[in-house]
Amino acid sequence: MKKMDSTRLVELIRPVAGNVEEVKNTKPLMLVINAGELVPVCELLFKNPEAYFDMLTCITGVDNGPEANTMEVIYHLYSIPFHQSLMLKVTLPRENPEAESVTTIWKSANWLEREVFDMFGIVFKNHPDLRRILMPADWKGYPLRKDYKHEETYRGIKID
Amino acid sequence: MKGLLDQQFENGGVIITRVDDLLNWSRLSSLFPMTFGLACCAIEFMSTGTTVYDMDRFGMAPRATPRQSDLMIVSGTVTFKMADRIRQLYEQMAEPRYVISMGSCSNCGGPYWQHGYHVVKGVDRIVPVDVYVPGCPPRPEALIGGILKLHEKIRNESRVKPTALENLIEKNG
Repeated sequence: MKKMDSTRLVELIRPVAGNVEEVKNTKPLMLVINAGELVPVCELLFKNPEAYFDMLTCITGVDNGPEANTMEVIYHLYSIPFHQSLMLKVTLPRENPEAESVTTIWKSANWLEREVFDMFGIVFKNHPDLRRILMPADWKGYPLRKDYKHEETYRGIKID
Repeated sequence: MKGLLDQQFENGGVIITRVDDLLNWSRLSSLFPMTFGLACCAIEFMSTGTTVYDMDRFGMAPRATPRQSDLMIVSGTVTFKMADRIRQLYEQMAEPRYVISMGSCSNCGGPYWQHGYHVVKGVDRIVPVDVYVPGCPPRPEALIGGILKLHEKIRNESRVKPTALENLIEKNG
């Protein structure tokens, strides 16, 4: 079985994604796609016998800060039979960032998306159980946002 | 040949001591720590219980419930999520109860001092602490040092309230 090169991957995705952009000099390969086409692209990458990305190893959230006014979500995919990794990046606006959930494709997305929600406040639509996973349920704010300001106290304990 | 204690007390079998000293001695010789660990310091705490360091020689056996323990060793990072649980565990312990704060994290927040949004900057913000053991993590020797320091503290405790002492002076003087 042969690994796919980047041009073949882009070719494969092209029919379902309007805009595919390859980021140069990344390892593993990173493709930037439109947030709206995330689910069809993931479905294709999961199902296509040439790609067969059967594992979602990690989801990363990035806050680019108020100046850039964007947030990014990066999906780290891995194909076990082909020993191949791929990163998929979507860019979201900083106000009300929303992305489709990929839990229907990979079960592991459930907790990973909850973590990104907990730290960045990015809402994953159609997620079966979107609540905080690490911070306490009554915590205010999203700690890894660039403009995060902590509260004075939490349940009577001083935060500083 | 007779043992040391037999030689010392063979005549009469009577020891004269103060109630305070007797109670303090019995208390400090059987401190039961709670089986309770929060982070990497807990590994050192476990090592302290092994044969090499032998915590049992101080009469210390970890207990599985706060109801039966009189010492809480806070070994590790105290997060805000854990803070309520720690306070509850402390309140469940019967008095007299003691707290050893083990390691930098529970002393003052440790490496999370500046950017640790989730860490309580010192367990003394939740429960009163008797002995602080520095280190990251402290070696078992350091923890034993802390335990001996606590022994020292307990040895100097008194059942007599300071006010009672004042009354006594007033009555006699």
